[in-house]
Amino acid sequence: MEELSDKEAEILKEMEDGIPLTRTPFEDAADSLDLPVDGVLGTLEKLLDEGKIRRFGASLAHRKIGKSANAMIVWNVPEEQVDDVGKEISKFDNVTHCYKRPRKKDWNYNLFSMVHGDSKSECEKIAEVISEKIDLDRYEIIYSTREFKKTGVKLPRNL
Amino acid sequence: MKLAYVIQHEVNFFGFNSNFLKIMDEIDRKILDKIQSHFPLKRRPFKELASDLGVEEEEVLSRVQELSEKGYIRRISPILDSRELGFKGTLVAMKVPEQRLNSVVEVINGYREVSHNYKRDHEYNLWFTITAIDENRIDEIISEIKDRTDVEKAINLPSEKMYKIGVSFSIED
Repeated sequence: MEELSDKEAEILKEMEDGIPLTRTPFEDAADSLDLPVDGVLGTLEKLLDEGKIRRFGASLAHRKIGKSANAMIVWNVPEEQVDDVGKEISKFDNVTHCYKRPRKKDWNYNLFSMVHGDSKSECEKIAEVISEKIDLDRYEIIYSTREFKKTGVKLPRNL
Repeated sequence: MKLAYVIQHEVNFFGFNSNFLKIMDEIDRKILDKIQSHFPLKRRPFKELASDLGVEEEEVLSRVQELSEKGYIRRISPILDSRELGFKGTLVAMKVPEQRLNSVVEVINGYREVSHNYKRDHEYNLWFTITAIDENRIDEIISEIKDRTDVEKAINLPSEKMYKIGVSFSIED
Protein backbone atom coordinates (compact mmCIF):
# COMPACT_ATOMS: atom_id res chain seq x y z
CA MET A 1 0.00 0.00 0.00
CA GLU A 2 1.31 3.37 -1.02
CA GLU A 3 1.17 6.12 1.51
CA LEU A 4 -0.16 9.57 0.90
CA SER A 5 2.35 12.22 -0.08
CA ASP A 6 2.61 15.36 2.03
CA LYS A 7 0.92 17.33 -0.71
CA GLU A 8 -1.97 14.86 -0.96
CA ALA A 9 -2.47 14.93 2.81
CA GLU A 10 -2.39 18.72 2.78
CA ILE A 11 -5.08 18.90 0.08
CA LEU A 12 -7.33 16.38 1.86
CA LYS A 13 -7.01 18.19 5.17
CA GLU A 14 -7.84 21.52 3.58
CA MET A 15 -11.11 20.05 2.28
CA GLU A 16 -12.11 17.71 5.14
CA ASP A 17 -14.73 20.05 6.59
CA GLY A 18 -16.06 20.90 3.15
CA ILE A 19 -15.03 22.99 0.17
CA PRO A 20 -16.19 26.61 0.15
CA LEU A 21 -19.55 27.09 -1.53
CA THR A 22 -18.41 29.61 -4.10
CA ARG A 23 -18.41 29.66 -7.87
CA THR A 24 -14.79 28.45 -7.85
CA PRO A 25 -14.41 26.26 -4.76
CA PHE A 26 -11.33 24.38 -5.94
CA GLU A 27 -9.52 27.52 -7.01
CA ASP A 28 -10.25 29.05 -3.61
CA ALA A 29 -8.99 25.96 -1.80
CA ALA A 30 -5.91 25.83 -4.04
CA ASP A 31 -5.22 29.50 -3.33
CA SER A 32 -5.22 28.98 0.41
CA LEU A 33 -2.75 26.11 -0.08
CA ASP A 34 -0.70 28.16 -2.53
CA LEU A 35 -0.99 25.40 -5.13
CA PRO A 36 -2.15 25.58 -8.74
CA VAL A 37 -5.82 24.59 -9.13
CA ASP A 38 -5.10 22.12 -11.94
CA GLY A 39 -2.65 20.34 -9.70
CA VAL A 40 -5.25 20.11 -6.92
CA LEU A 41 -7.95 18.79 -9.27
CA GLY A 42 -5.48 16.31 -10.78
CA THR A 43 -4.50 15.06 -7.34
CA LEU A 44 -8.15 14.53 -6.37
CA GLU A 45 -8.79 12.58 -9.60
CA LYS A 46 -5.73 10.45 -8.93
CA LEU A 47 -6.78 9.69 -5.36
CA LEU A 48 -10.22 8.68 -6.64
CA ASP A 49 -8.63 6.40 -9.26
CA GLU A 50 -6.44 4.81 -6.64
CA GLY A 51 -9.46 4.28 -4.41
CA LYS A 52 -7.98 6.27 -1.53
CA ILE A 53 -10.99 8.58 -1.83
CA ARG A 54 -14.21 6.57 -1.97
CA ARG A 55 -16.16 9.46 -3.44
CA PHE A 56 -16.07 13.21 -3.68
CA GLY A 57 -19.48 14.50 -2.83
CA ALA A 58 -22.05 15.88 -0.45
CA SER A 59 -22.76 14.35 2.94
CA LEU A 60 -26.40 14.83 3.81
CA ALA A 61 -28.06 15.05 7.17
CA HIS A 62 -30.29 11.99 6.81
CA ARG A 63 -32.07 12.70 10.05
CA LYS A 64 -33.23 16.00 8.66
CA ILE A 65 -34.20 14.46 5.36
CA GLY A 66 -36.58 12.22 7.20
CA LYS A 67 -34.62 9.07 7.83
CA SER A 68 -35.12 9.75 11.49
CA ALA A 69 -34.59 6.31 12.95
CA ASN A 70 -31.01 5.13 13.06
CA ALA A 71 -30.83 1.60 14.33
CA MET A 72 -27.89 -0.64 14.94
CA ILE A 73 -29.01 -4.24 14.63
CA VAL A 74 -26.52 -6.60 16.21
CA TRP A 75 -26.59 -10.33 15.47
CA ASN A 76 -25.21 -13.36 17.24
CA VAL A 77 -24.13 -15.52 14.31
CA PRO A 78 -22.32 -18.89 14.50
CA GLU A 79 -18.73 -18.16 13.50
CA GLU A 80 -18.74 -20.39 10.42
CA GLN A 81 -21.81 -18.61 9.01
CA VAL A 82 -20.70 -15.01 9.51
CA ASP A 83 -19.43 -14.40 5.97
CA ASP A 84 -22.55 -15.78 4.31
CA VAL A 85 -24.91 -13.96 6.65
CA GLY A 86 -22.91 -10.71 6.34
CA LYS A 87 -23.22 -10.83 2.55
CA GLU A 88 -26.91 -11.68 2.73
CA ILE A 89 -27.68 -8.80 5.11
CA SER A 90 -25.73 -6.41 2.88
CA LYS A 91 -28.17 -7.05 0.04
CA PHE A 92 -30.89 -5.13 1.87
CA ASP A 93 -31.23 -1.54 0.63
CA ASN A 94 -31.98 -0.17 4.08
CA VAL A 95 -28.75 -1.60 5.46
CA THR A 96 -26.07 1.03 4.96
CA HIS A 97 -23.17 -0.61 6.80
CA CYS A 98 -22.37 -4.16 7.81
CA TYR A 99 -19.31 -5.25 9.80
CA LYS A 100 -17.97 -8.30 11.61
CA ARG A 101 -16.66 -7.50 15.09
CA PRO A 102 -15.37 -9.69 17.92
CA ARG A 103 -17.35 -11.03 20.86
CA LYS A 104 -16.11 -9.64 24.16
CA LYS A 105 -16.84 -9.92 27.83
CA ASP A 106 -20.34 -8.44 28.30
CA TRP A 107 -20.83 -8.58 24.53
CA ASN A 108 -22.00 -11.60 22.57
CA TYR A 109 -22.91 -10.20 19.15
CA ASN A 110 -20.46 -10.54 16.28
CA LEU A 111 -22.24 -9.02 13.28
CA PHE A 112 -23.31 -5.37 13.11
CA SER A 113 -25.68 -3.79 10.62
CA MET A 114 -26.73 -0.17 10.46
CA VAL A 115 -30.25 0.55 9.30
CA HIS A 116 -31.85 3.87 8.47
CA GLY A 117 -35.60 4.00 8.54
CA ASP A 118 -38.43 6.49 8.69
CA SER A 119 -39.48 5.23 12.09
CA LYS A 120 -38.73 2.68 14.79
CA SER A 121 -41.50 0.46 13.55
CA GLU A 122 -39.97 0.46 10.07
CA CYS A 123 -36.61 -0.56 11.56
CA GLU A 124 -38.32 -3.36 13.51
CA LYS A 125 -40.00 -4.56 10.37
CA ILE A 126 -36.68 -4.56 8.50
CA ALA A 127 -35.07 -6.54 11.32
CA GLU A 128 -37.87 -9.11 11.17
CA VAL A 129 -37.56 -9.49 7.41
CA ILE A 130 -33.78 -9.92 7.65
CA SER A 131 -34.13 -12.34 10.55
CA GLU A 132 -36.48 -14.51 8.54
CA LYS A 133 -34.26 -14.36 5.48
CA ILE A 134 -31.09 -15.41 7.32
CA ASP A 135 -32.95 -17.76 9.63
CA LEU A 136 -31.45 -16.34 12.81
CA ASP A 137 -33.39 -14.79 15.66
CA ARG A 138 -30.66 -13.88 18.11
CA TYR A 139 -30.49 -10.17 17.54
CA GLU A 140 -30.98 -6.87 19.30
CA ILE A 141 -31.99 -3.48 17.92
CA ILE A 142 -30.14 -0.56 19.50
CA TYR A 143 -31.46 2.87 18.54
CA SER A 144 -29.50 6.06 18.58
CA THR A 145 -31.23 8.70 20.65
CA ARG A 146 -28.81 11.57 20.18
CA GLU A 147 -26.03 12.48 17.79
CA PHE A 148 -22.98 14.02 19.47
CA LYS A 149 -20.58 13.95 16.55
CA LYS A 150 -20.64 13.07 12.88
CA THR A 151 -17.75 14.47 10.92
CA GLY A 152 -16.74 11.74 8.53
CA VAL A 153 -13.39 10.04 8.77
CA LYS A 154 -10.46 12.45 8.85
CA LEU A 155 -6.81 11.78 8.22
CA PRO A 156 -5.42 10.60 11.56
CA ARG A 157 -3.01 12.66 13.59
CA ASN A 158 0.61 12.76 12.45
CA LEU A 159 -0.27 12.45 8.82
CA MET B 1 -44.69 -10.75 -3.81
CA LYS B 2 -43.63 -8.57 -6.67
CA LEU B 3 -46.31 -5.99 -5.91
CA ALA B 4 -45.26 -5.88 -2.27
CA TYR B 5 -41.71 -5.19 -3.36
CA VAL B 6 -42.76 -2.28 -5.56
CA ILE B 7 -44.86 -0.75 -2.81
CA GLN B 8 -42.00 -1.04 -0.35
CA HIS B 9 -39.83 0.96 -2.74
CA GLU B 10 -42.46 3.61 -3.28
CA VAL B 11 -42.62 4.09 0.46
CA ASN B 12 -38.84 4.46 0.59
CA PHE B 13 -38.73 6.98 -2.21
CA PHE B 14 -41.53 9.11 -0.86
CA GLY B 15 -40.85 8.43 2.78
CA PHE B 16 -39.17 11.77 3.47
CA ASN B 17 -40.84 13.89 6.07
CA SER B 18 -43.36 16.50 5.04
CA ASN B 19 -41.17 19.40 6.10
CA PHE B 20 -38.52 18.18 3.74
CA LEU B 21 -40.91 17.77 0.84
CA LYS B 22 -42.35 21.22 1.37
CA ILE B 23 -39.10 23.06 0.95
CA MET B 24 -37.50 20.77 -1.60
CA ASP B 25 -38.56 20.89 -5.20
CA GLU B 26 -37.57 18.68 -8.06
CA ILE B 27 -34.46 20.69 -8.90
CA ASP B 28 -33.22 20.53 -5.29
CA ARG B 29 -33.72 16.79 -5.27
CA LYS B 30 -31.91 16.37 -8.57
CA ILE B 31 -29.01 18.46 -7.32
CA LEU B 32 -28.72 16.45 -4.08
CA ASP B 33 -28.94 13.19 -5.96
CA LYS B 34 -26.11 14.22 -8.28
CA ILE B 35 -23.75 15.79 -5.77
CA GLN B 36 -24.04 12.98 -3.27
CA SER B 37 -22.12 10.61 -5.46
CA HIS B 38 -20.22 12.82 -7.90
CA PHE B 39 -19.52 16.45 -7.28
CA PRO B 40 -17.80 17.63 -10.50
CA LEU B 41 -14.04 18.01 -10.05
CA LYS B 42 -13.93 21.05 -12.31
CA ARG B 43 -12.88 24.66 -11.96
CA ARG B 44 -16.54 25.71 -12.24
CA PRO B 45 -18.39 22.70 -10.75
CA PHE B 46 -21.72 24.51 -10.36
CA LYS B 47 -21.63 25.53 -14.01
CA GLU B 48 -21.12 21.88 -14.91
CA LEU B 49 -24.11 20.84 -12.77
CA ALA B 50 -26.17 23.69 -14.16
CA SER B 51 -25.71 22.64 -17.76
CA ASP B 52 -26.70 19.05 -16.89
CA LEU B 53 -29.86 20.31 -15.20
CA GLY B 54 -30.67 22.99 -17.73
CA VAL B 55 -30.56 25.90 -15.26
CA GLU B 56 -28.17 28.77 -14.55
CA GLU B 57 -24.92 28.34 -12.62
CA GLU B 58 -26.00 31.02 -10.14
CA GLU B 59 -29.21 29.13 -9.39
CA VAL B 60 -27.45 25.86 -8.60
CA LEU B 61 -24.95 27.63 -6.38
CA SER B 62 -27.57 29.52 -4.41
CA ARG B 63 -29.70 26.40 -3.97
CA VAL B 64 -26.69 24.46 -2.66
CA GLN B 65 -25.85 27.34 -0.31
CA GLU B 66 -29.40 27.34 0.99
CA LEU B 67 -29.55 23.57 1.46
CA SER B 68 -26.30 23.85 3.36
CA GLU B 69 -27.46 26.77 5.53
CA LYS B 70 -30.61 24.85 6.41
CA GLY B 71 -28.49 21.88 7.43
CA TYR B 72 -29.59 19.38 4.79
CA ILE B 73 -26.09 19.29 3.31
CA ARG B 74 -23.45 18.82 6.01
CA ARG B 75 -20.47 19.40 3.71
CA ILE B 76 -19.10 18.70 0.25
CA SER B 77 -15.79 16.93 0.70
CA PRO B 78 -13.57 14.00 -0.21
CA ILE B 79 -14.71 10.82 1.56
CA LEU B 80 -11.69 8.73 2.46
CA ASP B 81 -11.43 4.98 2.06
CA SER B 82 -9.79 4.22 5.38
CA ARG B 83 -9.08 0.58 4.49
CA GLU B 84 -7.37 1.53 1.25
CA LEU B 85 -5.28 4.02 3.22
CA GLY B 86 -4.33 1.32 5.73
CA PHE B 87 -6.04 2.85 8.74
CA LYS B 88 -7.59 0.79 11.51
CA GLY B 89 -11.12 1.33 12.73
CA THR B 90 -13.06 0.41 15.79
CA LEU B 91 -16.37 0.94 17.54
CA VAL B 92 -16.29 1.59 21.26
CA ALA B 93 -19.25 1.10 23.57
CA MET B 94 -19.10 2.92 26.89
CA LYS B 95 -21.23 2.82 30.00
CA VAL B 96 -21.46 6.40 31.21
CA PRO B 97 -23.50 7.68 34.15
CA GLU B 98 -26.23 9.89 32.70
CA GLN B 99 -25.26 12.97 34.70
CA ARG B 100 -21.67 12.78 33.42
CA LEU B 101 -22.57 12.27 29.78
CA ASN B 102 -21.87 15.80 28.56
CA SER B 103 -18.40 16.08 30.03
CA VAL B 104 -17.46 12.60 28.78
CA VAL B 105 -18.72 13.48 25.30
CA GLU B 106 -16.58 16.61 25.33
CA VAL B 107 -13.44 14.58 26.00
CA ILE B 108 -14.25 11.98 23.35
CA ASN B 109 -15.23 14.48 20.67
CA GLY B 110 -11.94 16.31 21.16
CA TYR B 111 -10.12 13.53 19.28
CA ARG B 112 -9.85 14.08 15.55
CA GLU B 113 -9.78 10.28 15.14
CA VAL B 114 -13.36 10.09 16.49
CA SER B 115 -15.78 10.58 13.60
CA HIS B 116 -19.11 9.39 15.03
CA ASN B 117 -20.44 9.56 18.54
CA TYR B 118 -24.01 8.59 19.42
CA LYS B 119 -26.05 8.15 22.54
CA ARG B 120 -27.89 4.86 22.27
CA ASP B 121 -30.77 3.25 24.04
CA HIS B 122 -28.73 0.51 25.79
CA GLU B 123 -26.98 -0.33 29.05
CA TYR B 124 -23.83 0.79 27.22
CA ASN B 125 -25.19 4.20 26.34
CA LEU B 126 -22.39 5.89 24.39
CA TRP B 127 -21.08 4.50 21.10
CA PHE B 128 -18.27 6.08 19.11
CA THR B 129 -15.98 5.17 16.23
CA ILE B 130 -12.22 5.67 16.07
CA THR B 131 -10.21 5.60 12.86
CA ALA B 132 -6.48 5.75 13.53
CA ILE B 133 -3.12 5.06 11.98
CA ASP B 134 -2.78 1.69 13.76
CA GLU B 135 -4.06 -0.44 16.66
CA ASN B 136 -1.54 1.07 19.08
CA ARG B 137 -2.98 4.52 18.57
CA ILE B 138 -6.51 3.13 19.05
CA ASP B 139 -5.49 1.53 22.36
CA GLU B 140 -3.78 4.74 23.38
CA ILE B 141 -6.88 6.83 22.68
CA ILE B 142 -9.17 4.44 24.55
CA SER B 143 -6.97 4.35 27.63
CA GLU B 144 -6.56 8.12 27.56
CA ILE B 145 -10.33 8.54 27.40
CA LYS B 146 -10.83 6.13 30.30
CA ASP B 147 -8.22 7.96 32.37
CA ARG B 148 -9.53 11.41 31.60
CA THR B 149 -13.19 10.56 32.18
CA ASP B 150 -12.87 7.99 34.96
CA VAL B 151 -15.22 5.73 33.05
CA GLU B 152 -14.09 2.13 33.36
CA LYS B 153 -16.61 0.23 31.35
CA ALA B 154 -15.68 0.36 27.69
CA ILE B 155 -15.84 -2.40 25.08
CA ASN B 156 -13.47 -2.13 22.14
CA LEU B 157 -15.07 -3.72 19.04
CA PRO B 158 -12.59 -3.41 16.15
CA SER B 159 -13.95 -4.05 12.69
CA GLU B 160 -12.62 -7.39 11.53
CA LYS B 161 -14.37 -7.55 8.22
CA MET B 162 -16.46 -5.13 6.19
CA TYR B 163 -19.38 -6.44 4.15
CA LYS B 164 -21.00 -3.17 3.22
CA ILE B 165 -20.27 0.51 3.54
CA GLY B 166 -21.78 3.67 2.20
CA VAL B 167 -24.90 5.73 2.46
CA SER B 168 -26.62 7.04 -0.58
CA PHE B 169 -30.34 7.43 -0.47
CA SER B 170 -32.15 8.09 -3.67
CA ILE B 171 -33.43 11.63 -3.46
CA GLU B 172 -35.01 11.86 -6.86
CA ASP B 173 -38.55 10.66 -7.16
